[in-house]
Amino acid sequence: MLPPSSYLYMMGNFGLQILVIVISFLQSLGRITMAVAVDVSRFESITMAPPDPILGVSEAFRADTHEMKLNLGVGAYRTEELQPYVLGVVKKAENLMLERGEFKEYLPIEGLAAFNKATAELLLGADNPIIKQQRIATVQGLSGTGSLRLAAALIERYFTGAKVLISSPTWGNHKNIFNDARVPWSEYRYYDPKTVGLDFDGMISDIKAAPEGSFILLHGCAHNPTGIDPTPEQWEAIADVIQEKNHIPFFDVAYQGFASGSLDADASSVRLFAARGMELLVAQSYSKNLGLYAERIGAINVVCSSADAAARVKSQLKRIARPMYSNPPVHGARIVANVVGDPALFNEWKEEMELMAGRIKSVRQKLYDSICAKDKSGKDWSYILKQIGMFSFTGLNRAQSDNMTDKWHVYMTKDGRISLAGLSAAKCEYLADAIIDSFYNVS
Amino acid sequence: MALRAAISARVLSSSSAPGARSMSSWWQGIQPAPKDPILGVTEAFLADPSPSKVNVGVGAYRDDNGKPVVLECVREAERRIAGTSKMEYLPMGGSIKMVDETLKLAYGENSELLKDKRIAAVQALSGTGACRLFADFQRRFCPDSQVYIPVPTWSNHHNIWRDAHIPQRTYHYYHPESKGLDFASLMDDIKNAPNGSFFLLHACAHNPTGVDPSEEQWREISYQFKVKGHFAFFDMAYQGFASGDPERDAKSIRIFLEDGHQIGCSQSYAKNMGLYGQRVGCLSVVCEDEKQAVAVKSQLQQLARPMYSNPPLHGSLIVSHILGDPNLKKLWLKEVKVMAERIIGMRTALRENLEKLGSPLPWKHITDQIGMFCYSGMTPEQVDRLTNEYHIYLTRNGRISMAGVTTGNVGYLSNAIHEVTKSG
Repeated sequence: MLPPSSYLYMMGNFGLQILVIVISFLQSLGRITMAVAVDVSRFESITMAPPDPILGVSEAFRADTHEMKLNLGVGAYRTEELQPYVLGVVKKAENLMLERGEFKEYLPIEGLAAFNKATAELLLGADNPIIKQQRIATVQGLSGTGSLRLAAALIERYFTGAKVLISSPTWGNHKNIFNDARVPWSEYRYYDPKTVGLDFDGMISDIKAAPEGSFILLHGCAHNPTGIDPTPEQWEAIADVIQEKNHIPFFDVAYQGFASGSLDADASSVRLFAARGMELLVAQSYSKNLGLYAERIGAINVVCSSADAAARVKSQLKRIARPMYSNPPVHGARIVANVVGDPALFNEWKEEMELMAGRIKSVRQKLYDSICAKDKSGKDWSYILKQIGMFSFTGLNRAQSDNMTDKWHVYMTKDGRISLAGLSAAKCEYLADAIIDSFYNVS
Repeated sequence: MALRAAISARVLSSSSAPGARSMSSWWQGIQPAPKDPILGVTEAFLADPSPSKVNVGVGAYRDDNGKPVVLECVREAERRIAGTSKMEYLPMGGSIKMVDETLKLAYGENSELLKDKRIAAVQALSGTGACRLFADFQRRFCPDSQVYIPVPTWSNHHNIWRDAHIPQRTYHYYHPESKGLDFASLMDDIKNAPNGSFFLLHACAHNPTGVDPSEEQWREISYQFKVKGHFAFFDMAYQGFASGDPERDAKSIRIFLEDGHQIGCSQSYAKNMGLYGQRVGCLSVVCEDEKQAVAVKSQLQQLARPMYSNPPLHGSLIVSHILGDPNLKKLWLKEVKVMAERIIGMRTALRENLEKLGSPLPWKHITDQIGMFCYSGMTPEQVDRLTNEYHIYLTRNGRISMAGVTTGNVGYLSNAIHEVTKSG
């Protein structure tokens, strides 16, 4: 005679089996697709994520049928014909790679060695003592975003509680990166709407007021979204206050070579800090300057005071990367290594960069000239010329920016930012009309 | 905050930077990280000057000459792609074309779920990236959940869920005595886990053991998952590579889908298309309906954006071209079968050699196990001897990557294994 619990167990088990048979039957009728225990999806409460503020602009542009429509939201270079531009050196490098029939093996966690070497040399200059002394840890990252994220994870892990100061305004994804990496952040004043220029005193003051040992996120050149960069003298003063407060400079360099046309000139802010013996972080991207947007190629660099520290830092960056993606994608890295490693291709690249930067400078000038020709009020629009890089802060407010879109079919972001990369010489007059109308007739 | 105290103590270090202010390094407290147990093996192998060295460490396929392979279908796809790309950013969720083709592989060409658009899916950075995205997603939307991970598993699984801040539990899997599946304990663990737990399952070709449940066992596992309301997350890194037949290798997933489970799945093209360095894969999550799938996809994109913004293009173009062209796809299926069959052949050869050498130990598990890896049963000490005395590189858990075994080195390998194991 078995204990009652066994009978109960057998009955329960038997009952369960009956239930399963019933369910299998009903399933085969297509009525029930869900299992016994859980009726409701555990993802039931998941809501739709908000649309990306920049992507939304391009979508709206595509839907617009007006013949004069202009997409100045795009953060990617366009030719005068407003077409995407694949650099000649990139095509050549890819052909070389195709001919060689290279293997597709895993890269090491830190990425392609030739790429890392080329990247550090581009950033600091090939003959920089820091490189000879092996004081720079360079790890290939997934373009600027991925490189920033590696650095953010490093900060969270080794400087838990330390804050990152970001400019107001800054690239929209900076906040997301630090939020997801659980790094607290706050803003330092940067843009002054009254002058459409740099709020230098506010910036210095806020950096000074931050707790000692904060990380200060700086745009190496071509500030996104304003296009407003500090002057060399201002950079010195910024370096002074950062050293004074024992902060760590953290550069985001997304436009080296793309801003002025010169790789060296665009790296001067970073080199200024490095020459002072400061330790710093630098995230780099080849999206714009080599047009490799889609291949996600960049790097995180950490300049340290010793080779030993650099080796240790590199090992910990690898430890962060391994559970994120194991090792970085090879294609973009090989393209960069091939271009930089071949003197002829390297020179050709520099020429193409000058062309791109040159086209942007010339539409900037043309836009300014068109506006001045049409606006006789004497308003000083010269800030447009002082700004640099892909973007320009027009000084238009939200309502005025909306007018640009609604009335003129000019697509831009609500903060008044236009992408000059999306502007052709042929459209400068039209854009000038739109800006003047929006500025004066809408408040 | 001892680290920060140390920094503010401003110990003067002998700086090697001329002109540097006398300050301690910010990175003083940063210790050197331990070597990755898997990738560190290859590093050591590369550094070894011995001419007879053998790398059976990392899971990358080699042909019978020990050379890496680029599949013909991949070469052809690259020829067609050359010069066509505009290099523009992919959407955050990656290439839609690639994702669609990839889902067909896992879920079946005629899957109702695909027709009903119930699968939220994004291109991911190979299998690692897909697992990590899922782990972060799990953390964000089921913050109190844990994850059950088999013992043993690919070591990076632990890193992934740890960095996603999800507590880990383990479940029995490998049975050391039989070098097979500890099915009874596995089922107990499933039953004893709290209802609605998240489980990580290897869809096929378990890494590192090569031990897979039988079809019957998968059905029982699926049934028990239903009873308990568990969530099944499949890591499928070897579809096609295990048996040579992708449809067959997806059987475990299909069983779960038939039973109505709403699964999650990580897919990788690293091995089965040889696209290792391109980092191309896919994360999918089955949802209640199309509306929920759209919402879940948008949230997956939100997680990807502050990690890398959008995934790399090149690998996805290769996959799309191959799977989107019937002839290239046929070629791929043929090439995958060749790779799988070579490995199966090497398993047979290794086992036969060891038996012929008169090894006192059983080696049947070498041919019972499936996929790239063989869990040899060797101890870390025996592995160390293999490496130090014979220059044979493998991970210390005794895992042999069969992909690294060739007709040229299987004799040397068998002899060495025999030598270090013959005393029991």
